[in-house]
Amino acid sequence: MTTYLIRRFFQSIVTLFIVSIATFGMMHLMPNGVVRGMLGQRATPQTIAELTHRLGLDQPLYVQYWRWLDRLVVHFDLGTSYQKSQTVNALLKEDMGQSMYIVGLALFFTIVISVPVGVLQATRRNSVTDYTITTFSFIGYAIPVFFLGVVLRDLFQVQFHLIPIAKQIDSFHAAFSQPDQMILPVATLVISGVAGYSRYMRSSMLDEITQDYVRTAIAKGATKRRVLYRHVLRNAMIPMITLVGLSLPTLVGGALLVEQIFNIQGIGVLTINAALSSDFVIVLGTTMLTAIVTILGSLVADISYAALDPRVRLT
Amino acid sequence: MDEIVVESPGQGDNIPPTEQMLGLEPTESARSMFRRGLEVFLENRLAVVAFGVLVFYVLMCFFGPLLYHGNTSHVQMDEITLPPGPSHPLGTDQNGVDELGKLMKAGQISLEIGIASGVLASVIGMLYGAIAGYVGGWVDSIMMRTIDALLSIPLIFALIYLASTLGRTKTVFIMVIALTSWFSLTRLTRGDTLTIKVRDYVAACRMMGGRSPRIIFRHILPNTIGTTIVNTSLSIANSVFALSVLSYIGLGLQAPNDDWGGMFANGSSYLDQNYWWMIYPPGVSIVLIIISCNFIGDALRDAFETRLQKR
Repeated sequence: MTTYLIRRFFQSIVTLFIVSIATFGMMHLMPNGVVRGMLGQRATPQTIAELTHRLGLDQPLYVQYWRWLDRLVVHFDLGTSYQKSQTVNALLKEDMGQSMYIVGLALFFTIVISVPVGVLQATRRNSVTDYTITTFSFIGYAIPVFFLGVVLRDLFQVQFHLIPIAKQIDSFHAAFSQPDQMILPVATLVISGVAGYSRYMRSSMLDEITQDYVRTAIAKGATKRRVLYRHVLRNAMIPMITLVGLSLPTLVGGALLVEQIFNIQGIGVLTINAALSSDFVIVLGTTMLTAIVTILGSLVADISYAALDPRVRLT
Repeated sequence: MDEIVVESPGQGDNIPPTEQMLGLEPTESARSMFRRGLEVFLENRLAVVAFGVLVFYVLMCFFGPLLYHGNTSHVQMDEITLPPGPSHPLGTDQNGVDELGKLMKAGQISLEIGIASGVLASVIGMLYGAIAGYVGGWVDSIMMRTIDALLSIPLIFALIYLASTLGRTKTVFIMVIALTSWFSLTRLTRGDTLTIKVRDYVAACRMMGGRSPRIIFRHILPNTIGTTIVNTSLSIANSVFALSVLSYIGLGLQAPNDDWGGMFANGSSYLDQNYWWMIYPPGVSIVLIIISCNFIGDALRDAFETRLQKR
């Protein structure tokens, strides 16, 4: 286990390193560089030269990269917004709570719903139920999140007034104290999540059902129920952990759109507004942050997988 | 003289030609991989319908404007937000612009960028995967770990950053979407390449002095083309989706050059006024294109992957 942990941890470091190079590269794609962005349209050549020097942007690239990495790793400093004159860290701190709340709820309900759905499909394979759910999950999988969100908003808030339209949710407290406002955003993410997860759960169950230990358990005289829920289900759920790790980027991306649709001031809306006002440091900061969260998420997923399935550690 | 020796009288007529004896020639009527694939594809009704939908949209968007002349260019204050009716089959928007005409024009942009970047992504993914798989060793490790790392950056964030910094033109969108969506094909092509490069014909080619580029382009890539074509169809769906996401959040092409995502975003800002004709036509178009491309991709996979075929 220790060897596996060390190797997997090292892998994450390498991944982070590559992501940091990619992000640093993206930073230098900014039109006319960071300086022009900070000074805006009024910049004169002199002020540009002065600020370039002050920020160390006239240094060789590897020196700049090293400094940037040092700030990022040691101080977790993602830079300062040009326009809001606030650090990106402070902005993230304001908006992270509600985003993580939505992602967390969505992930929880996605798993809670898709496991039984997948089991139902696997146990009634090729039945009408199976085909119906498959059709729905295919459609759910193909419908873009933003379309689904708008349709749900239209149905529940505009046509039938089942859920009141509230003012913008701009803090974790606002999100937490208004559960009715969380229903639609979370439901949007859950519907598109369940579509993919339940397919995976179904095939994972079917893989396990054909294993030798199932035949043994049946031969021992265990009831069908016992075999299914004590033996098969437990093992079939293990691969789901990997799926959670893999689907994090999609989920975080979906949350960005959901925030935009349902008027929630989270990391997604922060990013969108920053991009619209050319405040690239913020966009880069949120990109880096979500990438780090994703890498950590998949690290945790892989470690729990190894803890639950001894075979993984040996390979 | 040789012919006489081969067809010596003692061998009789009922001896099959050597090629057939060795099983080199098909016993039934000869069918190319393409023909057989087409048959499998046509058996899948859903895929045929999906293909029909795609053809319908292409015809509607690119040839529709030749037949249907809706006002798509100027503001008409006396015709704003009209519901669908005889003069405007899909109603008008907040500027009095005809929605059907706009749907066609926006569709051109969605389809052009979607197809262009889908194809470009496939080319990049195919080449990258083939090179990584063919070269192997540490080069392969580095190339594939880079993919793993890039995959952990949430796609939408990368798209937003790239689109907003590089400027919002058609070319930039094609490049940016392609550059962020070639990873999955790369993995598949690399896998195929690993099995192809150890085949005898590759060894034979190398022995005859064939250099690596020749082996990759003439022997490996043609053999991975099935995977690539399947993936291109899925990739087009993803590109249409990616573009519509960018437009939806306001980072797409600027009006009046907006795509379906932009139309949808514009319409959904009038959600509370219940102008459904401004929301659902572009929204449903996006969904239909994505679903169709997915169905077609699935059917193509059945058609190309001979292992999955019943015959």
